[in-house]
Amino acid sequence: MKRLLFIALAGFAAIANAQTLRIGLAEDPDVLDPTMARTFVGRIVFAGLCDKLLDLDEKLNIVPQLATSYEWSADNKALTLKIRSGVTFHDGERLDAAAVKFNLERHKSMQGSNRRGELAVVSSVEAVDPSTVRIHLSAPFAPLLAVLTDRAGMMVSPKAAQAAGDKFGAHPVCSGPFKFVERVAQDRIVLERFPNYWNKGQIHFDRIVYLPIVDSTVRLANLRSGQLDFIERLAPNDVQNLKSDSRFKIARIVEIGYQGITINTGKSDMAQKNPLGKDARVREAFELSLDRNAIVQVAMEGEAQPGNQWVAPSNRYYAKSVPIPKRNLERAKQLLKEAGVPNPSFTLMTPTTSDGQRLAQVVQAMSKDAGFDIKIQAVEFATSLNLADKGQFEAYVLGWSGRADPDGNLQTFIACKGPLNTSGYCVPEVDEAIEKSRTSLDPAVRAKAYEVVASHVSKDRPILYLFHRNWLWAHTAKLSGLRTVPDGMVRLQGLQMK
Amino acid sequence: MLNYLLHRLALIVPTLFFVSVLIFGLQQLLPGDPAIALAGEDRDPEVVAFLRAKFHLDEPLPVRYWYWAKGVLQGDLGDSVRIQKPVSELITEKLPVTLQLAAMAIVIALVIGLTAGVISAVKKDTWWDYGANVFALWGLSTPNFWLGILLILLFAVHLGWLPASGYVSPFEDLKENLASMIMPAFVLGNAFAAVLMRHTRSAMLQVLSSDYVRTARAKGLDERVVVLKHALRNALVPVITLGALGLGELLGGAVLTEQVFSIPGFGKLIVDAVFNRDYSVVQGVVLFTASAYILLNLLADMAYFYVNPRLRH
Amino acid sequence: MFGLAVVLLFITVALLAPWIAPYDPVATDWGAIRAAPSSAHFFGADELGRDVLSRVLWGARASILAGVVSVSISLLFGVPIGMLAGYLGRWVDALISRITDAMLACPFLILAIALAAFLGPSLTNAMIAIGISATPIFIRLTRAQVLSAKAEDYVEAARALGNPHWRIALRHILPNIVAPLIVQATLAIAAAVIAEASLSFLGLGQQPPTPSWGSMLNTARNYVDQAPWMAIWPGLSIFLLVLSFNLLGDGLRDALDPRHK
Repeated sequence: MKRLLFIALAGFAAIANAQTLRIGLAEDPDVLDPTMARTFVGRIVFAGLCDKLLDLDEKLNIVPQLATSYEWSADNKALTLKIRSGVTFHDGERLDAAAVKFNLERHKSMQGSNRRGELAVVSSVEAVDPSTVRIHLSAPFAPLLAVLTDRAGMMVSPKAAQAAGDKFGAHPVCSGPFKFVERVAQDRIVLERFPNYWNKGQIHFDRIVYLPIVDSTVRLANLRSGQLDFIERLAPNDVQNLKSDSRFKIARIVEIGYQGITINTGKSDMAQKNPLGKDARVREAFELSLDRNAIVQVAMEGEAQPGNQWVAPSNRYYAKSVPIPKRNLERAKQLLKEAGVPNPSFTLMTPTTSDGQRLAQVVQAMSKDAGFDIKIQAVEFATSLNLADKGQFEAYVLGWSGRADPDGNLQTFIACKGPLNTSGYCVPEVDEAIEKSRTSLDPAVRAKAYEVVASHVSKDRPILYLFHRNWLWAHTAKLSGLRTVPDGMVRLQGLQMK
Repeated sequence: MLNYLLHRLALIVPTLFFVSVLIFGLQQLLPGDPAIALAGEDRDPEVVAFLRAKFHLDEPLPVRYWYWAKGVLQGDLGDSVRIQKPVSELITEKLPVTLQLAAMAIVIALVIGLTAGVISAVKKDTWWDYGANVFALWGLSTPNFWLGILLILLFAVHLGWLPASGYVSPFEDLKENLASMIMPAFVLGNAFAAVLMRHTRSAMLQVLSSDYVRTARAKGLDERVVVLKHALRNALVPVITLGALGLGELLGGAVLTEQVFSIPGFGKLIVDAVFNRDYSVVQGVVLFTASAYILLNLLADMAYFYVNPRLRH
Repeated sequence: MFGLAVVLLFITVALLAPWIAPYDPVATDWGAIRAAPSSAHFFGADELGRDVLSRVLWGARASILAGVVSVSISLLFGVPIGMLAGYLGRWVDALISRITDAMLACPFLILAIALAAFLGPSLTNAMIAIGISATPIFIRLTRAQVLSAKAEDYVEAARALGNPHWRIALRHILPNIVAPLIVQATLAIAAAVIAEASLSFLGLGQQPPTPSWGSMLNTARNYVDQAPWMAIWPGLSIFLLVLSFNLLGDGLRDALDPRHK
């Protein structure tokens, strides 16, 4: 009886012809204002709501979206963008150079803006003519294009932004394929098709509903029972199960971020009090006691790519001269003997997530074979950030969601004045190399600079990069057209139900 | 009676004051800089500074309390920093959901608890007694989140009878709404059933040995009539007042169940806010649920006095 | 009674864990990841290859401790404060009662979560958090009992004999109100064990790799389909232990309350 009712309802839905795509998110997004937004999962919603100046493809190449072409000036201190014509915002306002100028200035100057750091090098924005924008920089900045493929490149309607002020996030007005309908905190975000979207041929849904479901088991249960069509961040151990179910498909791609252990080498005096922070040999022994392949197998069910740099080995800017070291217990024990600490002990701070805890336990067990005695201290996320910034830690399991340009994974953490340099690492040669990698637009020059950085970082080990997770998506087999881009976003263009 | 009522109403004020101080204090004790927690992954120093200024985080505790209390007295519970929505709006959004969940849970608890309590009292010290005991206690002896996950796997994934999680408004689709609420309501009601069972059993035992029941039996009335018509009706009184209290507790306490079933009620709202250091939300919502609890407490006591004339003095 | 027997059994198991557990509860074994129950691992192995049976046996310690220590904290603070309120009356009572009402009006789990987050995730802190959150119940109960005892004849008599207040409170009143306190304490232990499991669900209880049934359940929920034994055994253990404490408490109440005979 229930079956019949269900079939009847499904049939009715089909007849009604309103194609809705229901996407399960792993967290509830924060404020839906590209200038203020700060979470990864919020960007997934923006993928449906707000178009950006530029976009990324599967190979991390920069491709046009709202900007049809770009050109650097001779001295690389000005970027000229041609704006696509005929694009309107959800409220009907035209998207022209003036709107782009407004947006970039909003990103830079609005109180509480999280985009300020990303656009720090932008000195002024000029609307040359209604379809041309010129961005002036205080110094050449290679990552700029990649920055414009993320929230800093998202364009909101100036009229709506000015009217709403800082309450814009409650009812965002953008220029993406879908417009905002409603949001019930921690329950759902509903978007509906924007009929005047410039690329409407690629959009095959009338409504998108984003449903945050934090528990991965429950999220998957929703997919299996048919209430969701698509889920992001499938848990690695659920892959086996789902593989044998022909109703669903799994898609995966290596992330642009990384997972690793940050070691306090100079952030506070705790670094000097502990052999791990004080002596590079102890850190080397620690690294040699770990088998990254086994870690990936045991802690992530193989759903990750082992790595030892801030970008994955498959990335074009990976320094090939610094390969991943293999486990070497003999050498590790020898190093510890030389350093005079055969049984070093330290506290490994880890978030309370199950992934983090699993990783910590695996690392603890592996390094024990070399003589390390690790104490695991699980700390709630908000507290851990605070402790890290104050340097109140010895080692910390920390991941980074990643940015399209390798600089976004490097500078903030490794440069002397990097705002998120919780290790306290500061080596002038490394800073120089990082500067060179940012200011040159020549990929060969950048790659060479990264080789220099990698050779230092791999010896000093302020951060022990361990692996790069696979983004795992699961969806009904009826869905086709999913593009697996390493930034983890769910792009709606091209997605359709059979 | 009126004096008592006025006296109780007057007591609410200091109690609420203490509630506000308690919850405000606890929050401020939470380690970690809330500005950093709210600033997110990038932790731009300028954003952190902006947040600190906006929420007066650099000012001493009593000053911050005063800002908040002043707002509350004017009807402004502040805004959620994380999603920039007024707390009062969040409350009105989630109240119907939590209310419905609590009401359904109480109904289930009454059904299970009353039945088990009556059986257990009437058939005291027999296997029926033990059986009813275990049946009712079962809910209290299993962690909520655990029971919830098992139910989801059974009814949603394997049998496909019910939705796995989420919430649908009854105005949108009543059937879906009931389907999505029945499992979480059951999980919650289960635990409360044990409490109700204990009290029902206790009250029933008291009544069953009383004089007027003996009289009814002596009159030759059928045992079932004695139990159901006479004993139960009188035993029902404390149980009903308990029900009202339970409603109050459930209003703020369905934390884990809401997490597991993704029900957008108060419990989920508060827990997420604690972990995100979204102070205004925690303070505002707890103040609201505490007020509701105290009022329901008062109503329950009033009802109890009204029905039981022996207690009026 | 059944309840008492099972509780004693669990306590014995917890005490003897180091001797009867076949494996070291934190010893990992990459070759036995999520191994099904077999002769090598009677209850199977978990996601890092650790023996579930050993973890369940050792976990008994954490869970029983969680229950007993939390309630001891509640009693330690709740009974004296309740006695003060009940005995001294007037403004002391008014103040204590308002604060107790305020604590009771806040959802128990929220208080526990906030306290546990404040103190830091660990089993000890979870016990403290649960203990403090449950204190108002004992304050209320003690106060009510003291109020009704105050009116009894033996108190009048003791006072007439010139006994100082503290002695009346400790030697005359306290022994007479112990019965309902014990009943409530037993029931509270049951609730505390569940509360520990709940805090572990949120990442605030026992931290890895040390086992506790609550944290084992928390990890196991991700593997319910592939490795149900990871969840069945700790789940069953919690259920039996808590049920037994509940039955024990109910049984004690029946035995000690003359109205129920």
